[in-house]
Amino acid sequence: MESFIDWLGSHQDMLYVVLLMVFVGIEVIGRVPSVLHTPLMSGANAIHGVVIIGAIIVMGQASSDNIPALVLGFLAVVLGTLNVVGGFVVTDRMLEMFRKKK
Amino acid sequence: MEQQILTILYLASSVTFIIGLKMLSSPATARRGNWLAAAGMTAAILGTIFLYRGSDGNHLGNHLWIFAGLLIGTFMGTYAAKTVKMTAMPEMVSLFNGMGGACAALISVVEFGHLHHPGDATGTDPLVLTTILLGLVIGSVSFAGSMVAWGKLNGRVKDFAFPGQHLVNNGAVLLMSGLAAYLVMGHPTDPYLLFHVLLVIALVYGVLFVLPIGGADMPVVISLLNSFTGVAAACGGFLYGNKVMLTGGILVGAAGTLLTILMCRAMNRSLLNVLIGSFGGGSSAGGAAAATGGSYKEISVSDTAMVMAYANKVMIVPGYGLAVAQAQHACHELEKALEARGVDVRYAIHPVAGRMPGHMNVLLAESDVAYDKLLEMEQANEEFRTTDVVLVLGANDVVNPAAKVDPASPIYGMPILEVEEAKTVIVNKRSMKPGYAGIENQLFFQPKTSMLFGDAKKVLQDILAEVRNV
Repeated sequence: MESFIDWLGSHQDMLYVVLLMVFVGIEVIGRVPSVLHTPLMSGANAIHGVVIIGAIIVMGQASSDNIPALVLGFLAVVLGTLNVVGGFVVTDRMLEMFRKKK
Repeated sequence: MEQQILTILYLASSVTFIIGLKMLSSPATARRGNWLAAAGMTAAILGTIFLYRGSDGNHLGNHLWIFAGLLIGTFMGTYAAKTVKMTAMPEMVSLFNGMGGACAALISVVEFGHLHHPGDATGTDPLVLTTILLGLVIGSVSFAGSMVAWGKLNGRVKDFAFPGQHLVNNGAVLLMSGLAAYLVMGHPTDPYLLFHVLLVIALVYGVLFVLPIGGADMPVVISLLNSFTGVAAACGGFLYGNKVMLTGGILVGAAGTLLTILMCRAMNRSLLNVLIGSFGGGSSAGGAAAATGGSYKEISVSDTAMVMAYANKVMIVPGYGLAVAQAQHACHELEKALEARGVDVRYAIHPVAGRMPGHMNVLLAESDVAYDKLLEMEQANEEFRTTDVVLVLGANDVVNPAAKVDPASPIYGMPILEVEEAKTVIVNKRSMKPGYAGIENQLFFQPKTSMLFGDAKKVLQDILAEVRNV
């Protein structure tokens, strides 16, 4: 219990980030026309690809004799990149079709 | 100095995520918003590779591995995203979401290995371990669930449920919680084994969680799993004290949850109702429908063309049938031919038409249908009264009047497109088979409704040829 309180204290800035982002996330999406739900979901999907940062850290810190960590880290980087790049490109392809033409 | 630059980079990236998401919610700015967020992501990735210092103060190594991974992922991701058909977009999103979940789970697997690496077993912080386990479980559930959703949408996985499945699922959740608690507090002698058991249960749970949910509800499930992956990414943020991961993850977690609820609301169902899967049984609906079925009348292609060509106002209601038949281009051609004759042609888009909200808009926009021709449900319902002909293309449940009048119907209460207000309704379907909800549609048996059987694309092309000859 005490360690939990300590942890709260030492991570309070992170907790504030969580709290604020919950409200920002809800606020940002609140007034979206339903026509944009699919691109929006896809865009959000690309943004949570930020998990790639963690994969890069894992990969970059793996010591060269730790084969499992290297392999898993490499796989994580590939999968995370797929999420990010695929996500943004798919979203762009959807949105490309909304552009006004004359 | 380097650390300050990285902090500023992360801060800027977080801002691009928020503003990008905001811009994505308006058609005029959406595309730029997407690229803004992508630019922020690129900055965060490059900054991490070159500027990040671990707790030991060292820069990241293995640059070759990292860039190789980035290159392979970029190539595969771009290729998949560029070549996927517009109709297959929803399953593509699901697939990419699964990749993100798997990535989060893998991070946890490696970090757990580090914790117990011989040499630095300096008493594990229980909260660090909790974060790792949380990332593992949520990431794995999201991965396995997304793969099943992907399989369902492209038809490779069928709906599957067995008696007591919800008990099994709840049991799995309890088991995972217990196992995780034991790992954190019980100091087991063989944590690796338990860790991997936890991983397996999480994967199995992800599969069981999505399997019984009907194909029509997959968009809701994908949206939910999308927010799961966001939370899993945020766990990584806690683990590394990395604020950009935390911001991005929680932002998507919150936005995704709200989006899920909005989608459920469009179908007038609660999230719980979707997850427990009250659709799909279909046993109660069959009997009632047989009693009220009655007869329907068919209409020929040439008659359809005639009716439409001499109408003042035509409303087209696209559904999944249009997407399956890839008929959006033929649809636009018909619209142009009718407009050339002075007919006012609009599209009525139900919020959950197709497989995802906005799915129909994307498809129609692909074939150059003007954005302002697409009416949302409320607008469309006001217009039907003055509409001469409604052409329903492969839509069913979203125009079923039972949602308004039959309290016993499983879709009762769902807002629908009130096409029966129009003077004439022509329904194109491949057969009289009921739609996804598995219920009969009284609309088809009404006197003003005519049925036009056939593949949407073929039928539209035939109508088009006839209209040009009128």
